[in-house]
Amino acid sequence: MADLRVNIGRLSLKNPVLTASGTFGYGLEFQDFVPLEGIGGIIVKGTTLHPREGNDYPRMAETASGMLNCVGLQNKGVDYFCEQIYPQLKDIDTNFIVNVSGSTLEDYAECAARIDALEKIPAIELNISCPNVKQGGMAFGTSCEGAASVVKAVRERYKKTLIVKLSPNVTDIAEIARACEAEGADSVSLINTLMGMAIDIEKRRPVLSIATGGLSGPAVKPVALRMVWQVAKAVKIPVVGLGGIMTAEDAIEFFMAGATAIEIGTANFIDPTTTIKIRDGINDWLDRHGCQSIQEIIGNIEH
Amino acid sequence: MTVNAVERLNERYVLLRLTDDKPLPEMLPGQFVEVRVDGSSTTFLRRPISINFVDRERNELWLLVAMVGDGTRRLAELKMGEKLNCVLPLGRGFSLPKSPQQRFLLVGGGVGVAPLLELGRVMGEMGCEPTFLLGAKTEADLLEIDEFKKYGRVCVTTEDGSAGERGFVTDHSLLRNEHFDQICCCGPLPMMKAVAAFANRVGTPCEASLENVMACGVGACLCCVEKTVRGNLCVCTEGPVFDTKELNWNLNRT
Repeated sequence: MADLRVNIGRLSLKNPVLTASGTFGYGLEFQDFVPLEGIGGIIVKGTTLHPREGNDYPRMAETASGMLNCVGLQNKGVDYFCEQIYPQLKDIDTNFIVNVSGSTLEDYAECAARIDALEKIPAIELNISCPNVKQGGMAFGTSCEGAASVVKAVRERYKKTLIVKLSPNVTDIAEIARACEAEGADSVSLINTLMGMAIDIEKRRPVLSIATGGLSGPAVKPVALRMVWQVAKAVKIPVVGLGGIMTAEDAIEFFMAGATAIEIGTANFIDPTTTIKIRDGINDWLDRHGCQSIQEIIGNIEH
Repeated sequence: MTVNAVERLNERYVLLRLTDDKPLPEMLPGQFVEVRVDGSSTTFLRRPISINFVDRERNELWLLVAMVGDGTRRLAELKMGEKLNCVLPLGRGFSLPKSPQQRFLLVGGGVGVAPLLELGRVMGEMGCEPTFLLGAKTEADLLEIDEFKKYGRVCVTTEDGSAGERGFVTDHSLLRNEHFDQICCCGPLPMMKAVAAFANRVGTPCEASLENVMACGVGACLCCVEKTVRGNLCVCTEGPVFDTKELNWNLNRT
């Protein structure tokens, strides 16, 4: 049995396997398939200050080795989470992390502040891939200034562990990561989805209702891995890696690239027990290779 | 699960009969199964397929598959004894009769007839005999008619008139001549909308089974939502069966 414990800021995880926001609901949806206490942390779906309906159907298109989605952050708002969902989660023995989105700096900060008040929520993951409605709709996370402004605004109102989820749809993700670190982020997680599209050639129109969407699944793994490697070399704060992880071997690649923890997302749709299988697979790999702890492989490749 | 048999019903449809070493779980008519397709490089996600029939004595589950794409064509290539990874049962099924006297009309088109067979079988266990109204483009596309006849009266329509009455299901004389307490339908969207409009006109409660494209199948990803009077609801957990009055369908049409 290897030691799988890792720390993200002040957050201690019993193992480095987390679930990605938007793929695991509130965790309760998967209770029949996996023991939630076995997972290092569950990042619940994107929460905004006000309720959001999300985009029209169709919101999904299958691709080779992946899928596109344009769900559009449908959620019932932070107050609904605090009042209706939090009570159902707080006594489950794992770490529930809330993914926070917003369209203005004020929305982000206020949403984060309300979650700060929840005693049993130890961290939030900030989704900075949202369009900034006050700046012509450019995503906050596509510029250092935009990313820094969100992290700064949230850091003033949120006192616990702050993970910032980076967008890969940028020229230099390492500089965005550094900007977040400079404003006080405890960790960065990457990657969010890659922007893509699909066309229905018989109907002669895009498959997705808003034409473009985010690509996830094994198709993105090489890009995600490269970005984790680049970011881990650029910042001192721990990096959380995600993007197409389907197996324990995939996860090991991300640890070696420099990730302290990983998130499993789309893989849950193929096999709802993936999180536990990967946790056990990581442990087996470490045992077979004579490693006592996961720390021995984090960032440990020859180059 | 393990494949007991793969029956080619015609060039477009195949019937998979599956079993398991454990007893099959409790399942309700209208629920579905998320099937993993192995060995196809162009497919990634599971395929949601309705429960067509459950044979408790043989511990067998039937899935009726229309071969519409790479995933479903791959399923047709399965051999007896092969394994098929399934997540089941999922979703909310059809309403069941409150008494054996209730007159249920089960309307199906194309491969949409699939869940209606299990619904008919379960109703039979409750002492109820539904009427089946099944439609297809042509006689060759009518599916499992002999099976349906075991559970109730079967009325048929074909668009080319090669069997039963000519036209769509909503053209069948049955709808002009008889009254029903509940209608359940499953099939192409235009068919279900027409059936729902008819039901609304004559004041009969109606349920429809939707087929929105799905990813997780368990209500976590929010990809399969349908707009309803209660907001965007996941077809995989709040459906696939919905009361047609809840949907954003314009039922007030002639």
